[in-house]
Amino acid sequence: MNRHLAIVPAYNEAEAIASTIAAIHRWAPDFDIVVIDDGSTDRTAELATAAGATVLQMPYNLGIGGAMQAGYVYAKENGYEVAVQVDGDGQHDPRQIKDLLECLEANPGLNMVTGSRFLDPDGEGYRSSAARRMGIRVFARVLSAITGQKVTDPTSGFRLTDRRGIELFANDYPIDYPEVEAIVLMHTHRLRSREIPVVMGPRLTGESAISKPQSAYYMVKVLLAVFVALFRKRPVREAAPTFPATTEGAR
Amino acid sequence: MTVAATSWIFAALVSQRVGVIAVAVLICVVIFELIRRKHLMERYAILWLTLGLTLLVLAGWKGLLTMLSEAAGIYYPPAALFAVAFLFVLALLLHFSIVLSRLSDQNKILAQRLALLQQRLEERESKQGSEKEDRPAVHESSRAS
Repeated sequence: MNRHLAIVPAYNEAEAIASTIAAIHRWAPDFDIVVIDDGSTDRTAELATAAGATVLQMPYNLGIGGAMQAGYVYAKENGYEVAVQVDGDGQHDPRQIKDLLECLEANPGLNMVTGSRFLDPDGEGYRSSAARRMGIRVFARVLSAITGQKVTDPTSGFRLTDRRGIELFANDYPIDYPEVEAIVLMHTHRLRSREIPVVMGPRLTGESAISKPQSAYYMVKVLLAVFVALFRKRPVREAAPTFPATTEGAR
Repeated sequence: MTVAATSWIFAALVSQRVGVIAVAVLICVVIFELIRRKHLMERYAILWLTLGLTLLVLAGWKGLLTMLSEAAGIYYPPAALFAVAFLFVLALLLHFSIVLSRLSDQNKILAQRLALLQQRLEERESKQGSEKEDRPAVHESSRAS
């Protein structure tokens, strides 16, 4: 068994799931794959199993946060050291998993590496619609101010975390629209994260978890969650600038 | 103020008090019956019973309500009664929101655990299945013993 795990959340992604899994197998062969089938009504689970992935079948649609957390619990309980989130709809390029991993391994003390669409200003690839980009920019500003470090793509779900990140997310993960809040969560627990540039594609199948009427609710809900999170206690013992890589502190 | 007007107000106050007492008693009886039939857990009934009993005490003991409403600067005592009832209902609703949040969190954890266990079970069954195909003789002998 590998020590690395790719968590692939999928909701009715029957058309894209097999090729996503094949691409991960090909470009990140060190990674085991667990597909979180979040209550799909099509053949997602069947096709994912056939493609050689482990499948966790949610009994009903939990939403992306609850599904992702199930993946982190799986990673924690099966002793994985590194977990990467890869969307099942083809937006994330499995060829770049190794870039995320290299960044994590090259920087001791780093707990999470996020792939950002906006880090390279002249970069190519899919960058979402104009309205969404504006929302993303608001979150980026707020999160940069809170964490004291530049955040350019707070809604990116293309993330790789180490064991401490896995344990944190297995324990506590936002329920809906989790990406932005997860950054604050990392900050609250004094875990360190960094962004590297990636290129994303448009989704091949399925629908975004955030439809237009929900956008306003999304903004308000996430901003409220972020605001409230500011008033949560930050554990002091994890504050050491360079901590040894023990698992003791995370328990 | 004429005598007729005074007595009319008095009558209205009395009939309102009777109405409130009836409602309070009804609330208490319904809650009690729901607990008895196990349609309502005691822990969620306590707030409701408190509401009913408070209404009953305030409606029955007229001096107390007048005292409280004067202290609060409310000139019409029955209004104070309804204000108290309204605050109770607000507290109940908040209580329900809290319970609902906790339940959905627990529900999420249960769903995740179910999926993890199901995966583990299927993995074990498929492993046993392939072992059975590999070594049917061993399986037969172990069943015989």
